[in-house]
Amino acid sequence: MQDHSFTTTVFGRLTLESLPIHEPILVGTFIAVAALGLIVVAALTYFRLWGYLWKEWFTSVDHKRIGIMYIVLAIIMLLRGFSDAVMMRLQQAVAFGGNEGFLHSSHYDQIFTAHGTIMIFFVAIPLVVGIVNFVMPLQIGARDVAFPYLNNLSFWLTVAGSVLVMISLFVGEFARTGWLSYAPLAEKAFSPDTGVDYYLWSLEIAGIGTTLSAVNMVATVIKMRAPGMSLMKMPVFTWTALCSNVLAIAIFPALTAAFFLLLLDRYLDTAFFINDLGGNAMLYWNMVWMWGHPEVYVLILPAFGIYSEITSTFTGKRLFGYGSMVYATVVITILSYLVWLHHYFTMGSGASVNAFFGIATMVIAIPTGAKVFNWLFTMFRGEIRFELPMMWVVAFMLTFVVGGMTGVLLAVPAADFVLHNSLFLVAHFHNTIIGGVVFGLFAGMTYWFPKAFGFKMDEFWGKVAFWGWVIGYWVAWTPIYIVGLMGTTRRVNHFDDPTLQPYFVIALIGAVIILIGVLGFVMAIVMGIVKRNKLRDVTGDPWGGRTLEWSTTSPPPAYNFAITPVVYELDAWQDMKEHGYKHPTEGFRPVHMPRNTATGVVVAALATALGFGMIWYMWWLAAISFAGILVVSIVHTFNYSRDHYIPADAIALTEGKRAQQPAARA
Amino acid sequence: MVVMNPTGDIALQERNLILVALGMMLLVVIPVLTLIVVFAFRYRKGRAPEKYDPNFTHSAPIEVVVWSIPLLIIACLGVVTWITTHSLDPFRPLDRISADKPLAKDHKPLDIQVVAMDWKWLFIYPEQGIATVNELALPVDVPVRFSITSTNQFNTFSAPTLAGMIYAMPGMKSMLHAVLNAPGDSWGYSGNYTGAGYSDMRFKLHGVDQAGFDQWAAGIKAAGETLSTDRYVELDKPSEKVPVMHFSTVASGLFDRVLNRCVVAGTECAADIMKKDRALDRDNGGMFAPPRMDHSAMQSSEGQMSQGMSSMSHTSTSGDVAAAVPAAHDHTNTGTNNGALAAPEQQGSNARP
Amino acid sequence: MTIQLVNKDAQRVYHQPEAEEHYHSGGATMLGFWIYLMSDALIFASLFAVYGTLSRNYAGGPPPQHLFELPLVALNTGFLLASSIVLSIGMQAMAAGRTATMWRLLAVTGVLGAAFLCVELYEFSSLIAEGATPQRSAFLSAFFTLVGTHGLHVLFGLIWLVTLLVQIAQRGLNEDNKRRLMCLSMFWHFLDIIWIGVFTVVYLFGALR
Repeated sequence: MQDHSFTTTVFGRLTLESLPIHEPILVGTFIAVAALGLIVVAALTYFRLWGYLWKEWFTSVDHKRIGIMYIVLAIIMLLRGFSDAVMMRLQQAVAFGGNEGFLHSSHYDQIFTAHGTIMIFFVAIPLVVGIVNFVMPLQIGARDVAFPYLNNLSFWLTVAGSVLVMISLFVGEFARTGWLSYAPLAEKAFSPDTGVDYYLWSLEIAGIGTTLSAVNMVATVIKMRAPGMSLMKMPVFTWTALCSNVLAIAIFPALTAAFFLLLLDRYLDTAFFINDLGGNAMLYWNMVWMWGHPEVYVLILPAFGIYSEITSTFTGKRLFGYGSMVYATVVITILSYLVWLHHYFTMGSGASVNAFFGIATMVIAIPTGAKVFNWLFTMFRGEIRFELPMMWVVAFMLTFVVGGMTGVLLAVPAADFVLHNSLFLVAHFHNTIIGGVVFGLFAGMTYWFPKAFGFKMDEFWGKVAFWGWVIGYWVAWTPIYIVGLMGTTRRVNHFDDPTLQPYFVIALIGAVIILIGVLGFVMAIVMGIVKRNKLRDVTGDPWGGRTLEWSTTSPPPAYNFAITPVVYELDAWQDMKEHGYKHPTEGFRPVHMPRNTATGVVVAALATALGFGMIWYMWWLAAISFAGILVVSIVHTFNYSRDHYIPADAIALTEGKRAQQPAARA
Repeated sequence: MVVMNPTGDIALQERNLILVALGMMLLVVIPVLTLIVVFAFRYRKGRAPEKYDPNFTHSAPIEVVVWSIPLLIIACLGVVTWITTHSLDPFRPLDRISADKPLAKDHKPLDIQVVAMDWKWLFIYPEQGIATVNELALPVDVPVRFSITSTNQFNTFSAPTLAGMIYAMPGMKSMLHAVLNAPGDSWGYSGNYTGAGYSDMRFKLHGVDQAGFDQWAAGIKAAGETLSTDRYVELDKPSEKVPVMHFSTVASGLFDRVLNRCVVAGTECAADIMKKDRALDRDNGGMFAPPRMDHSAMQSSEGQMSQGMSSMSHTSTSGDVAAAVPAAHDHTNTGTNNGALAAPEQQGSNARP
Repeated sequence: MTIQLVNKDAQRVYHQPEAEEHYHSGGATMLGFWIYLMSDALIFASLFAVYGTLSRNYAGGPPPQHLFELPLVALNTGFLLASSIVLSIGMQAMAAGRTATMWRLLAVTGVLGAAFLCVELYEFSSLIAEGATPQRSAFLSAFFTLVGTHGLHVLFGLIWLVTLLVQIAQRGLNEDNKRRLMCLSMFWHFLDIIWIGVFTVVYLFGALR
């Protein structure tokens, strides 16, 4: 126990030892990050952009702005998560025989934990939430989401979580438990330092943001569709956004509860997941996987939606089998909730239990397969334009099907008995996540980028990104499947068997190729900005889209639609184009819009302080922050004037400018 | 690739299962991948403008085919899954040595007790009265019954050439039935990450003929350390890259004490605590109480599973299993009736699907 | 193929400004809050599941049948149920526009809720005093967490209630306040239902062991 000197009261368990001054990699990283940060801050100050950023972005409740901010956050976190990946590949390529590599296990173990945690919680989820945020309200003909303030808060809570994870790089240690931080390893007895606490607080805070966002999206789809848009006339992406968010609401409480109980074990010495006093760590496994399995469907369903939109757009046909696509989506949503035990078949639940979950897992392949066939038959007798978004779709189809196949293989319990937690498994889930989720998100970002910013991404660099990712994925992960079949397990930081080394070297090369892809994507955005006048989208419909978002300008005005459209058919914008639709030039009315808010930023900053205080046992900081959150939230509710009207003539002015632009692409 | 070329019968059956499942899926996957490439080329804009049919958006026959073929394949795979999940259940005693060598129902397997520690493996051979760290010798073509537990962490006992893996968990006993069909050296590891020494937590697996095995065991019996309680407690301390150790004597009932988390004298055994707890309840443990252990009674056909489950997920019943053991605490390690080990055998005999 | 019921040449009206809906999230608030409540219900479901799994693990410590004083729990329950009834009457008053009555009934609801919490705190402290701490066994950890989480929700509900009392006193029953009251009412009744589950599964079943 600590003695209660002044230092420990103020600083908790934070000491100078918590700073990694003896670790060159971290010192170097810190210098680089600090330098970059200073440059950014200096530039923003020099160009007097703080006011602009605060007013137009940070306090904005506009779903389009918030969506873009989510994506920016995700891309920043992708850079860190991917650096972790490259370091892991490098370590595993060199650490053979007596060579222990350059990463001692205490670092390597933090790196693989951080890699998984960041990629799922701070890259994949924000990307999905960001794209859904931006696109879905436009697709349903709405002006914003149901709860714009909540939307802003959700974003900032996600940022708060990611800030805590980033701080852990330089202050203290991150968790060394794997990305789900299993008990008993995550208990205080075996992980006494700040690692698991950083993990738990950052994810609890971000998780609240994600849950609230999901509630928001579901209420939006149910309540705010344009007149005439019945459920079966919604775009497929909206369907997948709805199902994904319903699933998210159903599962995040389980994760919240699991982490809450682990926090109680660590802070108050309760007996939930310890090995004695009647505790049972298997409970933790069940609870996190009840979250964990459906979570991957939360991620993949919107990606499937993106593929549907892109396929129909770039083949010039309505999506084949819309009805069965919708039913397949709903079936996948429900089934994904029933399969979680396949993550630990080897825990000895008995043959009948294992067989049930194995068969349930395989059954999901049926609606998923139906979706692949529907995309195939949309291509059939279409006129396929292989622009970048469509290239991503084909790469996805070829890659993801293989990953799904290895998944069904792992779903056979007796096969899993030899493959559980092997690198074969790791290859499988990277296969489906990269080939399915990541390719889909890149496809979606490329597809909707011109809508968001008014110009396309640079095509050359976009292709560099594409080929880097696709070739890189196959080069990196095929050897990993093989070493898995050679009996290699995951999370190992050095090897004895030299026959494995060539495979890991190839995997490292693959990782470097992917790195080219990652940088290519960043360049595609940067060069897009540089060459934006050449890449300008003046019609609002650069690809020949079929859904309502393409009826707006690029970027859309704050109010999205001057007059809410009436929907008659599926593919509403295509229908409007076919019927000679003309944008309205008169009859505008004042539009009711919500005001900006600073509450989200403030609450999230306080949440970060709360997390930091709890992690470092700085109880005074935690108490003040918590009280602050309560006070700020209550004060916020005393603000009753949250909206304003955009006057009709302002709308007329904006719409008038639009009328002078060329007509949309048919 | 050891998973594709194992020397143990269970691992071999699992390998065959992988290939069968893969084959069944390739029946769909190969045509799908081909179609993707073919359609991508054939319907490229400009190649065949006369084929463009923007109204081709629905076709009942295609839907029927597209849903029912995967359904059929999954149905077949489901049957295969049900059967093999039961036949390859680690708790189920073997019924054959290899494809051409059957096994009598009342065969007596070689018992080995496994304790996963931080970060090494302790193997106790109760019949031989010896123990080793990080070295597992197995006689070829002799069925083995592993009883597995752990000290602090969730590990998996994995020897890929031998059989599938199963979790080793504190306070719980899992089991694995396996047989090695060819001599040779291999290795084993833990498949669940447990901290600093995890990467070095490996054991050597030696497959030897019966004579070689007896020789190996005799050699250890003649010249090893004593695995007393104190020595065990010292061994229990976290250590990494632990070299092979041999023990010629093992403290009596050590495995059961490890399982019940009462190795150190004066600690109350988990089984006894559970007994006390259950004695307080006047409702016989309530609706979800696991079945009471009765060594002579035949359990239901799901008995194997609940035995597995109950020795795994309810400390109360591993307590029951271990509760049979206090009687065995008095036995020396001469292989006389060890209630905990007899019961599974009985359980096993009626577990066939 | 879908049959086109509309003549493709007919004029379709894609904008009806007169029918333009007033942008107002009012309708969505009830639905959104309900969905949030369901997510909260799932947290409680997880805690119930944990309690169910661990509730027989006394680790040699006290079991529920030795700990729970049913008369005290009955008093507790009485307070909470009464508070729900009072709140319902208050909501009727709100619907009828009787602001002052509603305000008073809301205040009574708060008092009864606070009484519930006081009894619960008393129960917890006496349990802890006799050594039945959350650290003693998995059963007790699960008990304190499930019941305590419910209590924390009641506390937040009380803070919300007091805030609303102030806001209604300041601005009367405007649309926003009515909406907030409806949400609070849903929240409060939800907690009541959870308590009935707790009361049954934890206290009654526990005492009967």
